[in-house]
Amino acid sequence: MKKTILVLLLTTIAMLNTGLVMASGGGYPKSPANVDVDDMASLQRGAKVFTDYCLSCHSAKFVRFNRVATDLGMTESEVMENLNHLGGKFGSTMTATMTEGYAKESFGAVPPDLSLVARSRGVDWLYTYLTGFYADSAKTTGHNNAIFKDVGMPNVFWEQEGVKKAVYEEHDGVKTVVAVEVVEKGTMAPEEFDTMIRDLVAFLSYIGEPNQSYRKSLGIYVLVFLFVFFGFAYAMKKDYWKDVH
Amino acid sequence: MEQKSNGLMGWIDARFPATKLWEDHLSKYYAPKNFNFWYFFGSLAMMVLVIQILSGVFLAMFYKPDTAMAFQSVEMGIMRDVEWGWLIRYFHSTGASAFFIVVYLHMFRALIYGSYKKPRELIWIFGVLIFLALMAEGFMGYLLPWGQMSFWGAQVIINLVSAIPFVGEDLGIWVRGDFVIGDATLNRFFSLHIVAIPLILIGLIVAHIIALHEVGSNNPDGVEIKKNKDENGIPKDGIPFHPYYSVKDIVGVIVFLMFFSIVVFFAPEMFGYFLEHANFEPANPLKTPEHIAPVWYFTPYYSVLRAVPSIAGSAFPGVIAMGAAIVVLFFLPWLDRNPVKSIRYRAGWYKALVAIFVVAFIILGILGTLAPTDGRTLLAQLCTAYYFGFFLLMPIYTKLEKNKPVPERVTMK
Repeated sequence: MKKTILVLLLTTIAMLNTGLVMASGGGYPKSPANVDVDDMASLQRGAKVFTDYCLSCHSAKFVRFNRVATDLGMTESEVMENLNHLGGKFGSTMTATMTEGYAKESFGAVPPDLSLVARSRGVDWLYTYLTGFYADSAKTTGHNNAIFKDVGMPNVFWEQEGVKKAVYEEHDGVKTVVAVEVVEKGTMAPEEFDTMIRDLVAFLSYIGEPNQSYRKSLGIYVLVFLFVFFGFAYAMKKDYWKDVH
Repeated sequence: MEQKSNGLMGWIDARFPATKLWEDHLSKYYAPKNFNFWYFFGSLAMMVLVIQILSGVFLAMFYKPDTAMAFQSVEMGIMRDVEWGWLIRYFHSTGASAFFIVVYLHMFRALIYGSYKKPRELIWIFGVLIFLALMAEGFMGYLLPWGQMSFWGAQVIINLVSAIPFVGEDLGIWVRGDFVIGDATLNRFFSLHIVAIPLILIGLIVAHIIALHEVGSNNPDGVEIKKNKDENGIPKDGIPFHPYYSVKDIVGVIVFLMFFSIVVFFAPEMFGYFLEHANFEPANPLKTPEHIAPVWYFTPYYSVLRAVPSIAGSAFPGVIAMGAAIVVLFFLPWLDRNPVKSIRYRAGWYKALVAIFVVAFIILGILGTLAPTDGRTLLAQLCTAYYFGFFLLMPIYTKLEKNKPVPERVTMK
């Protein structure tokens, strides 16, 4: 029986692997974001980038400023001065500066709310997306994106990042973007820009699930408790079962 | 009134069979002493039910069944503003998947040790009804967070109802309470999910256990322990459920909780299988997701549905196949004609058939999560054919088996 179970388990794992490989095939490759949601300095920098740039058009309507202050170790005045540009209450949520009416007029659609974007898209996708803009004169915004073709969002970081060009590869007459490379330097050094984007993605990951760090640290205690409990429960079972043969 | 014993218990027992119930179902319910690993999953299923009811009670205090508020009440209210709301929600979402894992393993146990055979046919039938109720419970619960996959998953399933010829359209409208999935649908699914189906589930579980305790538990050897009783009428191979199996099941519960906690605390999305990524976007009836996949526990049956080709543009044959894949389970006690219960004493090739069945079922499950291609559809068709063949050909092949001798008494291997 044990052998059968083992064989079944291994077959299943092998099947799952092929399944996952099949599922992830195709498309522009995602680069790992390598973000650390426990790095407070990174999150604080990310929060600043987020509120300075993203929040002009996007909202994060499930995120409260006071919660961000508590979780990121910032004071009320720091948050109110540096992050809360609209001047709403400390306990208010992050709304976009731009009104929905204006958004529809200028972009044709209301930009999506970003509260949960890290959970629906994943951090690696976000990092690849934010670093995947390239110049494309065919687009009204002047930019296209390697992982999100014909995206409506303009490249808000073009000044810092510089101008990027797409590297194409052709297969059976279909041209696909395989990489993007800087052709004209921006105001930031590439490493500096990369850090900024990772900070931003870290912040997006944090707002996607503000409890994630606490959840993991609590999990360790729960598992330790269960291990100890297991020891007692197992000893009790052994003792009760002494007379069963 | 005459009292059998004194004190408070005597007073109660004269009015309510507290001691009798305790003895009949726990301290003097004699279970075979040779239960193995597979026998943990019944008590674990009960525990998951308790987790689901308790966490569900608290979620319902903060959840709003309104299409304009549902998503926010989950993702902002429960996940952020409610103290410990995130933990309760993860208990519930992980519990849903855990319920199916435990129940699938519990059903597999019944399959390999012949626990559906005479005199346990009704236990099995109640069990399949529990499985059906659980599927309804999972399906309706999945609509509640009102994410993209909630909406589009429900859309796909309710469209199956509409595929039924003649009455389908009207039936679809009756189920939705509207021409499209909307507020009426969300409200009724909420009501069914938190009141009607849990009541049905509990009723069925009570029936399942009463039937079990009436005939007694089967065991890995498939030997009836009641055939060998001592002078006091106690089965020689039986041990009282309490304390023996209560202390043993506590160990099982703790090991289960370790796995459960690893998911809840370290991977609550379970890589998009327990909480699908697309469900973190609010439902949008105007934007169809690139790939709609039901939650993993439905995917084997979803694969069966897709494996059967449409006739004249109607998915009805697939719907029939999917329904039949579950209905066939009810007939298992009569399809299997081998008098030997446990797989231990059945033909080697029967073991192989069961193993291939498990593999086919898992392949169907994996295929159900993926977008169909020609190759995958063919594979799903092969597995579907095997699934039905395994059950429907049983009356023939189970008669051809050369069994090994079944021992008189249970063994302790």
